[in-house]
Amino acid sequence: MTLLIEESASSTQEKTRKVRGNVRLREHLMGWLFVGPFGIVFLALLIAPLGYALYLSLWQKKLIGGTSFVFLGNYVKAFTDPTFLSGVWFVVRFSLVAIPLQILVALAMALIVDAVISLFTRFSRLMIFLPYAIPTVIGAVMWGFLYSKSFGPLTDIFGLFGAPAPDFFSKNLIFYGLINVVTWQWAGYYMIILYAALQGIDPSLYEAARMDGASSWQIALRIKIPLIAPALLLILVFSLIGTLQFFNEPQILRYLAAGTIAPGFTPNMYAYQQAFGLANFNYGSAISFALGGVVFVCVYAFLFFTRKRRSFF
Amino acid sequence: MSTKTKKLFATAATLAAACVLAACSPDAGSQSSASATNTGSDTAGNNAAGNNASNCTNTITKKDLPVVTFWGWYPNMQLVVDNFNKQNNEVQVCWTNVGQGGDEYDKFQTAISAGTGAPDVIMIEADRIPTFQIQKALVDIKNYGFDAVKANYSEGAWKDVSIGGAVYGVPVDGGPMAMIYRKDVFDKYKITPPKTWAEYEQAAQKVKDAGGPLFGDLGANVPAVMMALQIQKGATPYSYDPTQPETIGIALNDQASKDVLDYWGNLAKKGLVGTQDQFTPEYIAGVVNGKYATYISAAWAPGYLTGAGVGKGKDTGKWAVAPLPQWDPANPVQVNWGGSAFSVTSQAKNPELAAKVAYGLYADDESLTDGWTNQIIFPLNLKALNSPDFVNLKVKFFDGQQANKEVYVPAANAYTGMTYAPFGQYYFDAMTKQISAVIDGSVTGAQAADRIQEDVVNYAKEQGFTVK
Repeated sequence: MTLLIEESASSTQEKTRKVRGNVRLREHLMGWLFVGPFGIVFLALLIAPLGYALYLSLWQKKLIGGTSFVFLGNYVKAFTDPTFLSGVWFVVRFSLVAIPLQILVALAMALIVDAVISLFTRFSRLMIFLPYAIPTVIGAVMWGFLYSKSFGPLTDIFGLFGAPAPDFFSKNLIFYGLINVVTWQWAGYYMIILYAALQGIDPSLYEAARMDGASSWQIALRIKIPLIAPALLLILVFSLIGTLQFFNEPQILRYLAAGTIAPGFTPNMYAYQQAFGLANFNYGSAISFALGGVVFVCVYAFLFFTRKRRSFF
Repeated sequence: MSTKTKKLFATAATLAAACVLAACSPDAGSQSSASATNTGSDTAGNNAAGNNASNCTNTITKKDLPVVTFWGWYPNMQLVVDNFNKQNNEVQVCWTNVGQGGDEYDKFQTAISAGTGAPDVIMIEADRIPTFQIQKALVDIKNYGFDAVKANYSEGAWKDVSIGGAVYGVPVDGGPMAMIYRKDVFDKYKITPPKTWAEYEQAAQKVKDAGGPLFGDLGANVPAVMMALQIQKGATPYSYDPTQPETIGIALNDQASKDVLDYWGNLAKKGLVGTQDQFTPEYIAGVVNGKYATYISAAWAPGYLTGAGVGKGKDTGKWAVAPLPQWDPANPVQVNWGGSAFSVTSQAKNPELAAKVAYGLYADDESLTDGWTNQIIFPLNLKALNSPDFVNLKVKFFDGQQANKEVYVPAANAYTGMTYAPFGQYYFDAMTKQISAVIDGSVTGAQAADRIQEDVVNYAKEQGFTVK
């Protein structure tokens, strides 16, 4: 009898195990099924093209003589190509100025919109965000006209002071012209992210701070900013990646200032030019990967130096 | 996977990969996917359009005839295609406008690399023919009815579309160059149209000293003009034996090329001419507002300017045209800027049928007449070029001046053709870069010429050419 019971007990256990196994298998399958659609798209539209581009970047196709395998030859060429290097240098310099500027503007606006509660808050929040809702291409065209000496307001504004209008399409000023466009476009978007983070802070903290005699400035500097530091870091990384891949604005403004904005103005534009203008898909792919390397190094370095405060990733 | 699918996949993959990391950033990402979608749909469209005409801009009424796909951008293309389709009972044209100039070449270039997606017949500027021919992207149409139409075009016109004995395009319009000028400015400062470039500079100085407008414009984005003006002074940028295209002579820094770059650099430095990129709203606004006394341009310019709103309202009839200034008036040289041809691509499923379209499109009287009366084209077809109506036309833009008879037709007749680069895009990019450097004063014209030479020679060598 005991034996029987034992036997039946063990068989029940086995059964449970089997059932559990089945359940787990089914769960696995369900999991894969849910991930499937994403996985297929991910593989087909990201991993496969990346692999193909990597493959392409190892070959060289000449107008005379056809295609040959050059292994890392294209990469060696890229990192000794003055056009590519000057493009990289440009986007790095651009990042160093544009990103802090954007973030400062976004932070200031977010703090104001968060602190001041009035009828206009909603409205101004929307207005600040609006530039982001305008497609980049249209934004760039719009600024192209605003910078124009014939159509834009600059001639009139500077004329009031008897000064000639600055030409933002000249080689000296294009840098600042683009900084302005990018800040205008993105600061509002970053402001919304920061604003959302500010809204997530428990208001009782402010109450406690006020009871301890903190001023609004102190609350902003010592409570709000430290608490939204993760969000700040997040948008820093986003903007770093985005700026290093600078493409749309200069590509559009090229139609107005081809002399100032050369095809190799930024690395992404250079890759585009090589691939689609000169049919050099191999070198274009190599430049893309080389740029990817630069982006990776920059982002990694950034994360390394800010690792103490890191609470995301 | 069939070869076609594979190729399609490869195209899509390459396109997506071109901005590899774009996927991470929202703005760059949308750009790359946008271009991928565009070209992708072109590809699909053309594959489909082989037998069905659902993707054409024009409507094909004779549905049972074979269809030839075609890319082109003339403003009256719709009418021209309709005329052809109406008159033809053998083949119908399915037309799409995929962009003008560089935009179209980029798409064609991509289609060539992908091995699929190109149209059967394509409109390209004559100076780009070698660029595509060397990639074996164009078909020699000499055996597909050349003899029948040979007499319809001048020798120079055929030379521009031929490489060696092979014909890679049918000439449609040309761009004999001339000097457009503002009569009111010339009258006000009491100058007559300069006959030489030395006189041009003197006149410019005179106008400037009297507080007048800029005399002309040196645009970094129109390297084709600089090339033409260099050729006018005797430069021969490229020379090669078509049977051995891998050996090429490149002479971009000879004395003539240097002189012309120096001449314009000098004018810009002295503030006699502007340095605005052309074909921009800024430049057109300047032209409309009388900021420039002359416009060194081609026969299609009046049409272009009219379309852009120049010479209307109070400016009506203020423009006139004179022959291009010369270096040596005893031996005048006429040059060409722009002008396009219809070429058959090597992806054409039926090259013979495609050649019929290339030869026949825009060659009927009705289309040609529409083209030149509306100043859309300066026709190269001798039927139009020699017709009294065309020659004696009193051009409204020039206040009734018989511009064709006085300036453009003699210039076109004296034009003997040029040899263009087999890597036109790279050459023009290099030119733009250096003209821009001349404009900002960082190099002299002669130094710029040396740099262009070095740059282009390096590229040619890298691409496997032997440089003579």
